[in-house]
Amino acid sequence: MSYAVSIEKMDKVLKELKKKYRVYAPIRFEKRGRYSDTDLIRYAEIDSVKDVVYNEKSDFSPKEVIHPITQTLFHFTEYEYRESQIDDKEILIFAHPCDINGIKRLDTIFLENGNNEDVYYKRLRDKVKFVLMECQEDWDTCFCISMGSNQTDDYSLAIKFGEDQLSVEVKDNEFEGFFASEEEIDFTYKFVTANQEEVNLPKIDDKEMLKKVYDLKMWEDYNARCKDCGACTSACVTCSCFTTSDVIYSENGRVGERRRVWASCQHEDFTEMAGGHSFRNTPADRMRFRTLHKVYDYKERFGEEHMCVGCGRCTDRCNQLISFSKTINKLTEEVNRLQKEVN
Amino acid sequence: MVKNPYIPTAVEIISIRPESEVDYTYRLAIDLDVDNGQFVEVSIPKVGECPISVSDFGNDYIDLTIRHVGKVTNQIANLEVGDKLGIRGPYGNGFPIEEYQGKDLVIAAGGTGLAPVKSIINHFYRNPEEINSLTLLLGFRNPANILFADEIAKWEEADHIDVILTVDEGDEEWAGNVGLVTGFVEQINFTDLANKEVVIVGPPIMMKFTSLEFMKHDIKEEQIWVSFERKMSCGIGKCGHCKMDDTYICVEGPVFNYTKAKNLVD
Repeated sequence: MSYAVSIEKMDKVLKELKKKYRVYAPIRFEKRGRYSDTDLIRYAEIDSVKDVVYNEKSDFSPKEVIHPITQTLFHFTEYEYRESQIDDKEILIFAHPCDINGIKRLDTIFLENGNNEDVYYKRLRDKVKFVLMECQEDWDTCFCISMGSNQTDDYSLAIKFGEDQLSVEVKDNEFEGFFASEEEIDFTYKFVTANQEEVNLPKIDDKEMLKKVYDLKMWEDYNARCKDCGACTSACVTCSCFTTSDVIYSENGRVGERRRVWASCQHEDFTEMAGGHSFRNTPADRMRFRTLHKVYDYKERFGEEHMCVGCGRCTDRCNQLISFSKTINKLTEEVNRLQKEVN
Repeated sequence: MVKNPYIPTAVEIISIRPESEVDYTYRLAIDLDVDNGQFVEVSIPKVGECPISVSDFGNDYIDLTIRHVGKVTNQIANLEVGDKLGIRGPYGNGFPIEEYQGKDLVIAAGGTGLAPVKSIINHFYRNPEEINSLTLLLGFRNPANILFADEIAKWEEADHIDVILTVDEGDEEWAGNVGLVTGFVEQINFTDLANKEVVIVGPPIMMKFTSLEFMKHDIKEEQIWVSFERKMSCGIGKCGHCKMDDTYICVEGPVFNYTKAKNLVD
């Protein structure tokens, strides 16, 4: 069923929901953007639907709700370890289709890869329900359609935001009661059907071709351009890598905690082992690694879909204006050229 | 409740044995079901965690041969018998030693690369009837860096084991072989090629060139096994540090047949 719901009514619903749920949505942090007088839009808990930024792309993805930037794994004393705890609240996340699809990629890594479930991811993920937000425009760096991630049916509510009214589709019976007295309308969520930006995905058929792809000259361009900052991977909804780090509570104490923190394959020390030996020692190597993970080897491993969902945030966040869609297209051109040489 | 794989178990150190100036073997009192070539994650709370291969194991202990060279391992240097280390694992796949039964097995190891294969050597040392022959090609940087010298001497005395020991650089007292492992491959008996299996473990460049050297002697790719060492934070396929192409070294490795290993690029 779908309903026309006023902002005031939706805020009352939100107030009720917050008794059971932590409700996260993209909200505006004024003057906190990268440049002077710009705002930052990222996920945080909301008190009013008026705070939800629905008509601009958020700088960061909702992944931090279930894969936090830093997360305590356990507390330790000298020889004892105690698993960190979380509260009982469920989680509701306002998200666009690309991000819901992106979180499915995280599910693959954290819940399937290595044939075991990551307990810290699972305990948050099991709580999550989605409120699907309609994309009211196609932002200039989006390429969800090329990646097949512009649609999803994994949502409890779907919302189209208006100036003073919301159109709400209730898909999950749990939420029907909140809207029963509202005006029923004929509302169907509209998925984006065209992007300004399109990518052609590379067809790498065998290991011989893959070896040629590793050696492509195009990667060397990034030696001058990429500054190893990792902004792309922190903005990416599907980047899941982390490093563990121990923190002690007092300078001379033996009591503390082990945390995991996001890690980036674009950082020089990502592969560095004790003794200093490391692999992928140039920005070119690291850019090649990230690109192929997103549009080649994740799919090789798991079969169904590419890791990249085409949200375009890596492009938006890159200080060096490296466009990921342009990178993919260039790679595909090069693969096509190599293919012709073979034939 | 599902066991949380990130939480270590505190395990007592029952002996510490110096192998070289910087390498020590720590024997830990733990009953673990280990395959030859697997690794464990070793922690010291407040310092951190790192992957270490199991260099030997028995019913109630595991041995870890640790070079004091990094953040965690330098702290391990300060520990004494009776102290505890955090352990989780074992992880990874290990060597398929059932495939080596009845074969002419060659194990080429460079430096600390001997640690993950030592338990295989000791297995066939104790069970000579399980193997047709065993040849060890062991290389170290210099005489002072030779690991497990007592055990190497023990293997040299066994009738069914041939040992070629070499160092990259000798010293005044060293009367043995000098030169890289690759230079000694030709001394191996290459008759009955089809019955050979070759295990090669060491630094990446040593594994690459030693593999090529064996292939020059008509050893097939399928007969060669290597073990990779990479940075790992989790050991269970989540943290992403050890991924090469579509392969997670901690899950599908660290041991690979050469047919797979040759295609892996960092």
